[in-house]
Amino acid sequence: MKLNEVVQRLNLEVKTCKENLDREVTGGYSSDLLSWVMAHANEGNIWVTVQSHQNIIAVAVLLNLSAIIIAEGVEVEDSVLQKAEEEGIPVLTSSAPVYQICGEMYQMGIKEGEV
Amino acid sequence: MNKNFLLKMSFDIEGNNFNAAGAASSEIKRKLKQIGLNSDVVRRAAVSAYEAEMNIVIHAYKGVLTVTVSPGEINILAEDEGPGIADIELAMKEGYSTASDDVREMGFGAGMGLPNMKKCSDKFEIKTELGVGTKVSMTIYY
Ligand SMILES: Nc1ncnc2c1ncn2[C@@H]1O[C@H](COP(=O)(O)OP(=O)(O)OP(=O)(O)O)[C@@H](O)[C@H]1O
Ligand SMILES: [Mg+2]
Repeated sequence: MKLNEVVQRLNLEVKTCKENLDREVTGGYSSDLLSWVMAHANEGNIWVTVQSHQNIIAVAVLLNLSAIIIAEGVEVEDSVLQKAEEEGIPVLTSSAPVYQICGEMYQMGIKEGEV
Repeated sequence: MNKNFLLKMSFDIEGNNFNAAGAASSEIKRKLKQIGLNSDVVRRAAVSAYEAEMNIVIHAYKGVLTVTVSPGEINILAEDEGPGIADIELAMKEGYSTASDDVREMGFGAGMGLPNMKKCSDKFEIKTELGVGTKVSMTIYY
């Protein structure tokens, strides 16, 4: 499934990299602990979190994730968005809870993990 | 180590600087990809480098991250000036962390960094001296 479709179906706000939404989503992962994400998220996954510090961008770049969804209406600082834009990482936001976002994506057929 | 290396790069890492954090490992990943190493090897090296870089930022005062690519192997060496580790066996346990609340709020401090490094590398060595610093060497064969 393409990122675009996820954005539309979950009504996500696209904060950065509108031009990168054509990418294929390989799966999903959710955690707010960065080392857990480093250990378990795979290339092309969407990552759902409430972390908004700029280190989330480095994690997404290193793992080559397809996007980060920042849930629960958490505000994201401009400096973080700027970094995401430079690094080509789509940052998507939503006021919905993490649980709901993951549930909806799962129902859409986006499962955890494997590339 | 094999002296006849293909690529060697070093990065100074500043303790407590969360704005620059991750920059060295991102650059390392880019270079390793550029020289055409396969994506699993690049991923393992990137995760190892990232966790080592972050441990210097979080737990030490300053340090140097050096990556050496030789035929058949990548070595990642993280050397820091810092407090050292009192009990390595304990530090290696999943979930053990002495990270401060401030750092935990940013999503660090899961106590998974050292276990991740060990899992991602084929050879993992750690040497530390209290009050002096810590040296972590990771080798990945390709
Ligand atoms: N370079 C270092 N200097 C001093 N202490 C260290 C160093 N690296 C690790 N430690 C100690 O070992 C513990 C475990 O390290 P590890 O990387 O596994 O977890 P963490 O850094 O606390 O959390 P995480 O890596 O999950 O964000 C640390 O909390 C710290 O006490
Ligand atoms: Mg760590």
